Amino acid sequence: MPAPLLVPAAIGVLFLALPLVGLLVRTPWSQLATQLAAPGVGQALRLSLVSATLATLLSLLLGVPLAWVLARSRTRGRTVLRALVTVPLVLPPVVGGVALFLVLGRQGIVGSWLDDAFGITIPFTTTAVVIAETFVAMPFLVISVEGALRAADARFEDVAATLGAGRWTTFRRVTLPLVAPGIAAGAVLCWARALGEFGATITFAGNFPGTTQTMPLAVYLALQRDPDAAIVLSVLLLAVSLATLLLLRDRWLGRGGAA
Amino acid sequence: MSLHASIAVRRGTLDLELDVEVADGEVLAVLGPNGAGKSTLLRVLAGLLPPDAGSVVVDGATWDGDGTSLPPHSRSLGMVFQDALLFPHLSVADNVAFGLRTRGAGRAPARAVAADWLARVGLEGLGDRRPRELSGGQAQRAALARALVGEPALLLLDEPLSALDARTRLAVRAELRRHLAEFRGSTVLVTHDPVDAMALADRVVVVEDGRVVQAGPPQEIARRPRTDYVARLVGLALLPGTGRGTRVHLDDGGAVAVAEEASGPVFAAIRPESVALYVARPEGSPRNVWRATIAGATPHGATVRCDLTGEVPLVADVTATAFAELGLAVGAEVWATVKASEVAVYSR
Repeated sequence: MPAPLLVPAAIGVLFLALPLVGLLVRTPWSQLATQLAAPGVGQALRLSLVSATLATLLSLLLGVPLAWVLARSRTRGRTVLRALVTVPLVLPPVVGGVALFLVLGRQGIVGSWLDDAFGITIPFTTTAVVIAETFVAMPFLVISVEGALRAADARFEDVAATLGAGRWTTFRRVTLPLVAPGIAAGAVLCWARALGEFGATITFAGNFPGTTQTMPLAVYLALQRDPDAAIVLSVLLLAVSLATLLLLRDRWLGRGGAA
Repeated sequence: MSLHASIAVRRGTLDLELDVEVADGEVLAVLGPNGAGKSTLLRVLAGLLPPDAGSVVVDGATWDGDGTSLPPHSRSLGMVFQDALLFPHLSVADNVAFGLRTRGAGRAPARAVAADWLARVGLEGLGDRRPRELSGGQAQRAALARALVGEPALLLLDEPLSALDARTRLAVRAELRRHLAEFRGSTVLVTHDPVDAMALADRVVVVEDGRVVQAGPPQEIARRPRTDYVARLVGLALLPGTGRGTRVHLDDGGAVAVAEEASGPVFAAIRPESVALYVARPEGSPRNVWRATIAGATPHGATVRCDLTGEVPLVADVTATAFAELGLAVGAEVWATVKASEVAVYSR
């Protein structure tokens, strides 16, 4: 292999791996148990897992149909629609948080109506955490599923139609199973992104232990007063992310890749 | 059960205008080169592509026309594609049962019927397999069972054998022939292989550039082709000319002696096996003797097919032994003879 490619590639690997190694090297392994047992850690972890999972479910519910529309419809508005979907990908999450606040905040366009009509306040609640994470993470799912839908052989849908399947039946019984590996991959990406979400969450949902303080927020706060605690929390988050990735890879992605 | 279709489709460079009629239990082969619009015809019949004009009527029910267009899933049809296209996420049995399930059959009855059909196409006991565990021929048999399981009024076959290797193709063709004989609905078979058309169809229409250029029973098409495309497919030399008595004066020069009197514009068709080649001018008096040059030679099993240029363009089949013994090669000068009685003559 030529050196001009090999050397930068090796540096790239180091660049990606070294921080993780550093994290593990500096981890106070002897205090690990006590640190993890500290009040608030379990709470933050549970909140992170629950809200990231809820955000992923919400993204699946809205994102898969959206991806289908993007992949299959032939309307002219599709380009605009795709651009719209992609915006949260490139938008700084803090800006997303501000935007959400302006719409769903108590003075916001939708938020004031929700408050007046139903007495519902969204900001600074766990609901706000889920919404902020969905806003940031759903595009990952949409892009991934749209790609899978485009790559899937559309002739299978023709076959289903000639066998008496309407469009909804075709989608349920043929299209969805065909792109299942793509959906699983998208959901993992989406979940991981939601788990790590920081900017939009702290802006829109705030930082209240127990209701809106997710792991990334807890890590950031801990770093200011107790660096060792921050490291422990980081290692925990890293372990959870890696474990999920490996688990889903064997369950879904591995099989999809082999087929 | 019958199909009456008269459709027009214009898409980019494709300009399709076809009338086809298929009776109960009849198999119609649509034969034509790639891009002639054959597959488009099938997509229109299946309801996957709305025609720009015209109508499709099956068993007296209007599928297209009169301002209506029935969606594909409401049409009583089965379709087999070039690739089997079995759903990869379903077992073979569930693939075959699919059409029954979508039409409201329960799981158990649908599976029972599917198992029955799998046995009929010779796939007994393979129902629990995944499609990727089947060979190409097995997959195409399963696809046929899947299309026939709902006893459709119309069966559409889109190049069903062309993705198979030569040996499998022979076996599947024979089996397809048997199932088509039992099938009571109308069948439209699209193919570019004349052998498929001859072996499977009751009637053939030849489509070129979106129009029917010839229609008739397979033997008729094979014996009396009307276009160069069909002539080449069935391996004949097609010579247009004008008949005067027992001679046909060819449009491109030269003349052919024929057995029966002919007049007016005619085709003279000469089969490759009727052409004999000699290195020296033959003795005796065969009526047709021409000087020719071998322009190309391709082995076909035990024979060599020679393309001849000269006063009259011909195709000749010579046994491989004769080809070698005569010392023939591309570029060689030969004498070609054809008995007058071996020349088919029919009006243009």
